[in-house]
Amino acid sequence: MNTEVRKTRRYGFGNILVEFLGSMNLAITVLSGIAIASIIGTILRQNEPYQNYIIKFGPFWHDMFVSMGLYDIYGAWWFVSLLFFLLLTTSVCVVRNGPQMIIDMRNFRINASRNSLRAFHNNAQWKIESDRESLIQNITSHMQAEGYNIRSKEHEDHTMIAAMRGGVNRLGYIFTHLAIVVVCVGSVIMYNMPLKYAIFSGDVKIETDNTLPASKVPAKSVLKSDNPSYRGAVSISEGQSANIIFLNIEDGFLIQELPFQIELKDFRIEHYDSGQPKSFESDLVIHDDELDAPLEATISVNHPLIYRGNAIYQASFNDGGSKLSLRAWPLNDPALKTLDIEGAVFGDVAMKVDDTPYTIELSDFRKFNINPIESENNSKKFKNFGPNFTFKVRDEQGQAREYVNYMFPIEQEGRLFMLSGVRSSVADTFRYLYIPADANGSVKRFMQFYAAMQDKKVVSKVVSQTITDMLAGLVSEKRLEISKGMNITTRRLVSLFAKDGLTALNEHIQKNIPVAQRQKATATYFDILRKTLGNLYINILQQEGLDITQGVSKSDSDFFDDALTVIGNINVYGAPFYLEMKDFEHIQASGLQIARAPGKEIIVFGCVMLIIGIFIMFYIQQRRCWVWVANKQESGYEVIFAGSCNRNERDFAQDFKKIKQRLAHRLGLSVDDENH
Amino acid sequence: MSATLDPLNYELNKPFFKTLSAYDWIFAALVTGGAFYLWDGYASLMDVYEVGILFGMGLGMIGLGWYWKQSRTLMLSVAIISIYAVIQYEPAVMALKAEGMDGRQAIAALSDWQNKEQGQFIFKYFLSSATAIGWMCFLFGLATVIYFFNMFVKSEFPGRVATKMTWIASAMGLIGLMVRWRESYLINFDIGHIPVSNLYEVFVLFSIITALIYLFYEMRYKTRALGGFVLLVISAAVAFLLWYKFDKNADEIAPLVPALKSYWMKIHVPANFIGYGCFALAAMVGVVYLLRNNAPEGGLAARVLPPLDMLDDVMYKSIALGFAWFTIATVLGALWAAEAWGGYWSWDPKETWALIVWLNYAAWLHMRLTKGWRGSAMAWWSVIGLFVTLFAFLGVNMFLSGLHSYGEL
Ligand code: HEM
Repeated sequence: MNTEVRKTRRYGFGNILVEFLGSMNLAITVLSGIAIASIIGTILRQNEPYQNYIIKFGPFWHDMFVSMGLYDIYGAWWFVSLLFFLLLTTSVCVVRNGPQMIIDMRNFRINASRNSLRAFHNNAQWKIESDRESLIQNITSHMQAEGYNIRSKEHEDHTMIAAMRGGVNRLGYIFTHLAIVVVCVGSVIMYNMPLKYAIFSGDVKIETDNTLPASKVPAKSVLKSDNPSYRGAVSISEGQSANIIFLNIEDGFLIQELPFQIELKDFRIEHYDSGQPKSFESDLVIHDDELDAPLEATISVNHPLIYRGNAIYQASFNDGGSKLSLRAWPLNDPALKTLDIEGAVFGDVAMKVDDTPYTIELSDFRKFNINPIESENNSKKFKNFGPNFTFKVRDEQGQAREYVNYMFPIEQEGRLFMLSGVRSSVADTFRYLYIPADANGSVKRFMQFYAAMQDKKVVSKVVSQTITDMLAGLVSEKRLEISKGMNITTRRLVSLFAKDGLTALNEHIQKNIPVAQRQKATATYFDILRKTLGNLYINILQQEGLDITQGVSKSDSDFFDDALTVIGNINVYGAPFYLEMKDFEHIQASGLQIARAPGKEIIVFGCVMLIIGIFIMFYIQQRRCWVWVANKQESGYEVIFAGSCNRNERDFAQDFKKIKQRLAHRLGLSVDDENH
Repeated sequence: MSATLDPLNYELNKPFFKTLSAYDWIFAALVTGGAFYLWDGYASLMDVYEVGILFGMGLGMIGLGWYWKQSRTLMLSVAIISIYAVIQYEPAVMALKAEGMDGRQAIAALSDWQNKEQGQFIFKYFLSSATAIGWMCFLFGLATVIYFFNMFVKSEFPGRVATKMTWIASAMGLIGLMVRWRESYLINFDIGHIPVSNLYEVFVLFSIITALIYLFYEMRYKTRALGGFVLLVISAAVAFLLWYKFDKNADEIAPLVPALKSYWMKIHVPANFIGYGCFALAAMVGVVYLLRNNAPEGGLAARVLPPLDMLDDVMYKSIALGFAWFTIATVLGALWAAEAWGGYWSWDPKETWALIVWLNYAAWLHMRLTKGWRGSAMAWWSVIGLFVTLFAFLGVNMFLSGLHSYGEL
């Protein structure tokens, strides 16, 4: 192998540096570093609001983690430097080994010495008596038939026939490693170094006030449309258009101007029968001075639009300010004066209840609500609960609770309910009030019943009638005496119950009745209360014009029980009214993700090169064989046959054995002739 | 069989095409015909990429069949039985649907082993995807035991049985997936999709692919001693599958979320599982390596387990094959992400863990090739690699949340 005469290296600083950068140890260290950082990044949730981290880790660790960049690890300077080192070490590696490998591809090592061949693991030595010309001819053509390329050379005392196949294997190395460099370079271009520097130097300032409307964002946080590389998102309502996107960076955002305007004509969601979303689609119109006519296109998930180097993806959807017609049912007004309200999602509505001002902040509307329900065989089934809307009710002090109300009744155990969920903080889950719905699928009957319960005149009438009925069997003067007390108590019970539900009743009992009699008294109280409310309810049914002479139907009596359950829990509700959605006009917004990625083609190219390179490297093996034929005959020509290979030695050893046998056969030797 | 595979055993100078037998040509003709038949019948439902995948798959099957002769029979049997199953099965589902069941219930009623078709043995016990996959599970489990048993006996017979059983188990699994594919369309046309979309389906895929890669090496290296060990991983996967099915009802065919509705899924997922399968196999070979390495000379282990250099070789080849396919899968995943989410790489946990797995095996390959590492350190490393892989495959879905939210446990 005398071609491999290495130039003696002079160990200056440069050489040591190159040696270090191209060393496998550095490569492995860098790869491990990336792997470990990646693990941390998947365990520690990335890019959450800083508030969450402070709660989780406390201020000390939080500051520490911020300074280490652990919340945005993949953007941290040290992680990016690791990637840079990967690029560097791989480049150095290719530059150092590449040229040698290219030479190697065509180097048959024709000057290999007799001794080196004999030292090979795979070899054979023969003495062959034959005509030398035809011996060499035979060897050459046999090795060609075995699929090898041949070079031969007459040396002073021997002829060398050098055979090689799979030289391209070396290209595999170059492709694979160059591909890593190419992909890294593509990523760096995509990463947009100049912008990162501008942020670092303060020329561009990250805006952290999320409530600021786009038009008010200061110029320092707005990037012009000549920015070469970006990736951001924007939400456009149907009928609206946008020419900016928001780039989320660290704990704030930047605004990126687009070189064109995108209008959303229509947004569609298709659903499966089960109600789960099947596809999202947006009809877009691109307005651009460079276009003769606006460009219309439809995008959907997995089918983006590429326009002027910008890829426009369907990413998400949300409400685009749906218009809602609402009716507020007061919960503490005996006269049940309802109030009709027109509102729109993301808009606030001011209203007054008993002169106390409240603000309704409408925050979301959803047309479909697919919820899992338990089915018989405990497999998951889905059911559409229909439209709902979410809002907050804020009082004068600024305190707010959040509500979610459904438009249509939902069936449970054969009964229909209007669902209204409430929670006092975003961290809680909604607790639902199951308001029984009347035959028209409305809350009207419940509201009337509840209002009547708070109407002093009505209550007092029903109470006295109920008590008269209850005491019907007693002697009259005793009856009068008892009934007076009972009247007062019952009216009080009704009013307590209507106002604050079961809690109020329990408190009242705790306060006013000695322990010894409590149990019995409670039973009596509940009995009276129930009878009274029952009569009140029957009044309502009669008002509705129902015929109850045959008794109350099962569903109407279930209604009564359900209504009492609701009122029993009414104290958790918090709002002085219930909002019913009468009608809506659905306006959707499409969440678009827009990216300009100039490194894209480079990355794709790199990926293709990587795959090709790996397959070449693994599956095309570079194999070499040498046949050394002595020029001088002493009882036969001495022939040395040897082979080597740079990987899969085991396979090669087996193949070599077969080639050896076939070659021996071809040369007219029996295998025993081998003096090995 | 094995002789035909050996690249240097063909007659020298004979062009490759002349080495093919009549069966090879018939097989190629059938595959080509099948691809064109599907194209003719379903082209309207496919986009250009899917047509590409169809014909690419056809070519791939022919290539595989010519290279690995035993696989021809597998592919043909799976195709024929699946077609037979679908033809028989479909009217029965339709009839039940006409009786007012929805597609899901109809299929459930038929997969129920006690269904109404009392008379038809085959129909009853083989045709629904649930039954076929049930058979797969059973046969893999049994084959594992027989492979181990085979190590202790002189006779070749149990080993041959185990091999056949593994082939049949793989075939049953593939048939199960094929029928399941059709079932998803029978439930409701727009639910229909290739069965590689949730954890249940990919576990079936994983078992089959690992078994097939194993069978290839069994033939290549002419040893059955690895069978029990490799099938141990498959049996573990099967155990998980059964638990997942019976405890979580995970075998239900669910509609796809919009992000998964893409031709990319058809190549990304199988490529990934070739990678996982190879890595799992390499890990089990690593285990055998360690057992053999520590076995006293002349003891049982030393007698029945293959020599170390062979184990090392299988381990390397399998990791190399896995690495190559895993690279393809990751690249395809990145390209798909670019198309669906607007970015090649979002450092989503699943992606990040794929990178970790990839770097891990890249390091393994480098140490072996450039530093010449061999021996038990590499074996240990390949065993540990399985745990890294397992975390990427399962752990991420269990413990970390992200964009790849299919198949949560
Ligand atoms: C992520 C980065 C890298 C990847 C994916 C990668 C991949 C590969 C693969 C797959 C092989 C073939 C191994 C085998 O056949 O068993 C290989 C070989 C090799 N790699 Fe890397 N490599 C990377 C980085 C590097 C770096 C940074 C260096 C230099 C320090 C390097 C130096 C080598 C060398 C010298 C070989 C042997 C080539 C031969 O003799 O055939 N690699 N690499």
